[in-house]
Amino acid sequence: MPISQKLHCGIENKSKEGGQCPLCAGVQGRIHLLTSILDGIFSGLSIGSILLLAALGLAIVFGLMGVINMAHGELMMLGAYATFVVQNGFKKLGEPWLQVYIFVALIAAFIVAALVGLLLERGVIRYLYGRPLETLLATWGVSLILQQFVRSVNWVMVIGLVMFSLLFFGGMWILQRRSDFDRIRKWVIAVLLPLSIAISFVVGSVLSNAYQLAVTQPWFGAQNVDVTAPKWLQGGLPIGNSQLPYTRMFIMVLTVLCVVGIYFFLNKTPWGLRIRSVTQNRNMSACLGIPTQKVDALTFALGSGLAGIAGCAVSLLGSVGPNTGQNYIVNTFMVVVVGGVGKLVGTIVGALVIGILDYVIGAGVLMNVFSQFQPLFDFFSFFATSSMAKVMVFLLIVLFLQFRPAGLFPQKGRTVDA
Amino acid sequence: MTAQATADRQGIDWARRRSLLIEVAIVLAVALSLMFIAPVILSSFYTNLLGRFLALAIVALGIDLIWGFTGMLSLGHGVFFTLGGYALAMHLKLQIPPTASTKLPEFMSLYGVTELPWFWQPFYSFPFAALAVFVIPAIVGAILGYLIFRNRIRGVYFSILTQATTIIFFNFFNGQQKLFNGTNGLTDFKTLFGAQVSSSNSQRTFYILTILILILAYALCRWLTSGRFGRLLVAIRDDESRVRFSGYNPTGYKVLIFAISAALAGIAGAMFTIQTGIISPNSMNIAFSIEMVIWVAVGGRATLVGAILGAIVVNFARSLLSEKFPEIWLFFQGGLFLFVVLLLPNGIVGWIRREGVDLFQSLTGTRKRSFTYPSLEEDPEVEYERKNIGD
Amino acid sequence: MSAKILVIDNITVSFDGFKALNNLNFSMDAGELRVIIGPNGAGKTTFLDIITGKTKPTEGQVLFKGRNLRSYSEHQIAQMGVGRKFQTPRVYLNLTPRENLELSCNHRKAVFPTLFSKTPSAERRTVAGLLETIGLIHKADMKANLLSHGEKQWLEIGMLVAQSPDLLLVDEPVAGLTDEETMKTGELLLSLAESHSIIVIEHDMEFVRQIARKVTVLHQGSVLCEGTIDEVQSNPRVIEVYLGQPHEAEDNIPVSAKLEEHKTSLSAEDIVTT
Repeated sequence: MPISQKLHCGIENKSKEGGQCPLCAGVQGRIHLLTSILDGIFSGLSIGSILLLAALGLAIVFGLMGVINMAHGELMMLGAYATFVVQNGFKKLGEPWLQVYIFVALIAAFIVAALVGLLLERGVIRYLYGRPLETLLATWGVSLILQQFVRSVNWVMVIGLVMFSLLFFGGMWILQRRSDFDRIRKWVIAVLLPLSIAISFVVGSVLSNAYQLAVTQPWFGAQNVDVTAPKWLQGGLPIGNSQLPYTRMFIMVLTVLCVVGIYFFLNKTPWGLRIRSVTQNRNMSACLGIPTQKVDALTFALGSGLAGIAGCAVSLLGSVGPNTGQNYIVNTFMVVVVGGVGKLVGTIVGALVIGILDYVIGAGVLMNVFSQFQPLFDFFSFFATSSMAKVMVFLLIVLFLQFRPAGLFPQKGRTVDA
Repeated sequence: MTAQATADRQGIDWARRRSLLIEVAIVLAVALSLMFIAPVILSSFYTNLLGRFLALAIVALGIDLIWGFTGMLSLGHGVFFTLGGYALAMHLKLQIPPTASTKLPEFMSLYGVTELPWFWQPFYSFPFAALAVFVIPAIVGAILGYLIFRNRIRGVYFSILTQATTIIFFNFFNGQQKLFNGTNGLTDFKTLFGAQVSSSNSQRTFYILTILILILAYALCRWLTSGRFGRLLVAIRDDESRVRFSGYNPTGYKVLIFAISAALAGIAGAMFTIQTGIISPNSMNIAFSIEMVIWVAVGGRATLVGAILGAIVVNFARSLLSEKFPEIWLFFQGGLFLFVVLLLPNGIVGWIRREGVDLFQSLTGTRKRSFTYPSLEEDPEVEYERKNIGD
Repeated sequence: MSAKILVIDNITVSFDGFKALNNLNFSMDAGELRVIIGPNGAGKTTFLDIITGKTKPTEGQVLFKGRNLRSYSEHQIAQMGVGRKFQTPRVYLNLTPRENLELSCNHRKAVFPTLFSKTPSAERRTVAGLLETIGLIHKADMKANLLSHGEKQWLEIGMLVAQSPDLLLVDEPVAGLTDEETMKTGELLLSLAESHSIIVIEHDMEFVRQIARKVTVLHQGSVLCEGTIDEVQSNPRVIEVYLGQPHEAEDNIPVSAKLEEHKTSLSAEDIVTT
């Protein structure tokens, strides 16, 4: 939440007065104005840094494969739940350990999200290359499944899934060695699929009858869960008459670390070089012997892992639930639209600008700037709520696209298409 | 031009006319049975449900126009749907009985509004409201479309911009309690032309009206997609920049078809609202708009019948499953997205056209076995030679 | 017919500092058939891009029939009478050849005329005639994605003609065609040249020899030389561009012999193909 909510000239004041805010008069008002703008920039940066963290993975994947992953928000959500699980684990370990759980949680969130992302790429997306709109729909389907999964996941479900995978994929793997596999493939699937579904279903229902609630109790349920930040992240740094929470500063630092890390990975490592080359020209890279399939899988896993880290960060700000991811996707998509494809700096600037604008408009900072000028004041006060600020930001984005349709930093040159 | 070619041409024309007649006959037969037989067989609950799904089929037609034929995936049709719904609902909310204490819709008095906002005024008139149902969504769609298409923004960018539009309108309508009753939306409709909206007679009328509108919408879409205009839409879908070099400006075409599609969504929204008795910003959530796309995908893209069929089938499945197993409905829906995209890319109708006929014939043993190399059967040159050497 | 149909005046196109075209000057008469050759990266495709309006020049101007094209977009330029065939055949694969041609043939390309008016019978006749010319009359009503590569090339040329442009831009019309198809394409272009101005970009020197009257060589975004095919092939700078700097060791070989050698290699083999 915006940290300067209680700042003077907030939303509460404007409806009563409908005009001049009494505090804003005179010199004191001016100083106030300055601090409120500073504060606005800080808060905006902090919103922007979360956006950036969330959009980073999305932008890399989009740049490489032209694929918008609608399940990106759900990968964040998985990261947040991973954090929750790690935190609960460390609670059992006791006090000194609890203070550092967040670092373990970051790694866990990265790994969980990356693995799910890898599965998603190998299982779904790779069949849909060159069909970005279909990918959009398929990943939306995945996001629905993931949402319901965290709601209703329990031991029975997990055991059933594991059994099914063992039976079906194991069976396929064994039968694959037969020389006439291609001929009997359809029959194998037709037999193996219902069989393994039936076996795992029966095992599941037997288990749930035998152990009742112990195994049928959902792990998380539909309710939101709470992650508490470690003690050293509670509280905040006082600035003027408000304070900057340590959690937000932590997220900013985390974002910077991630951006720097990604920058080094992309620019200084062999795999980063491969990713960049596939981003620029997939066919040429393939001709030069770069394993594009591996590059795709790796990049997707990396992007998903970043979503996991973003999810971990988000969990520090408030409670997380199955729908947490949905709150972030549209904003992160807008970052990608504004930033343009293929350049990290576009994403960074896009995220920070959107974050700052969102905050500055939503918290009514602009309204105060124009407090002397009635029509503009009215105009900005109309948009000075967090939901109306989104309306304004979207209008600005559409306006921006009229001048820069390809985003902030478009790629130039003789492109084959268009 | 030879006489042979002219004769061919006439033959084609005649064949076309015949297939058109058959199509009209089938549409009429289905429509009549929906109108008069379905209400007799089904309970009034299911008839009402069917009526709603037929209203949704109208949006599906609109989506098929822009996605199936023109290749633009809109994830924001919920906005147009809702705008249409609100336009009609505003007229219904202004049917205030003369005995009422205020001349305002009740929610306005709750929020302390004393005077009807200016833009509510024209909705007193039914013709205005009826026009607004499709004109407002069309205008919003045209403006949005123009701003996006004129910069050649397309593909995934277009999709996520339309998706952002839903959030924007959702936020806007949610935030305006005094103007639109915020989250709760408009509901509790009383009368239309003096008749009770919720009475079974009126609902029967709405049901039949929905079917009539659906037929008109279907005819409109058929007309749009069959001529040169329709071919140009397909051309835009397949290779938009080539279209420019042929001397066409795709922007105008895309704006028009997007606006028409939005108008259809608006009409659907109005018919849906009057049959459910409520419209709220909730129908502008992200999920609903994407669901609309999956109806079309299930039925079969670029087949108008598929869009209608898909809307009805998916929604019936939804109302059955989500009632009985609310737990697994989302799993099912997610699975449906994956299944359709990965395994049934042409939808039900497309599958029937491509493989279903073969399968049916081979199952019933009526398949004509071809002993030639398969492509020979279809090769027009071979066909032509056969014909000429034959005589 | 001596008026210049196309004048390109000191054009520079730069992408982030890289100059794809560099102070290029070019002009051609109405009714001319001009072949443009040049090694890879010489700017041939960019050259077509600036004429058709796909890329806007950084400096300089393109005059088509005396009109500056800078402020027009692709479809407007196409309507003025510039038709373009792409390197890889770009026809609408889900439409039939007849429909492909009808779309190009349509003379009123605004939205509402296309929607409301029926295809005039004159246009139908043109389309039928064209189908015959390009030899697709028997495949007129099957989807274009079933056509062979050569047939697609021809269909695209047909679409170009259906547009009835004054200037045809043809980018590598014989890439990937058999010798026989190449010959036929050459004949087709020559017959078209009787009533149109045509620019052909091509690598296949055999083919260039078949159709060319005047050849322009592009190199590093500028015109290197212009002239008949024989003049161009014996131009030492052209040879240098195509075959690289002569080695020091070869310097004692008489120049004429060297040229002869290059000439044969130039005409015998297809120079670089993309």
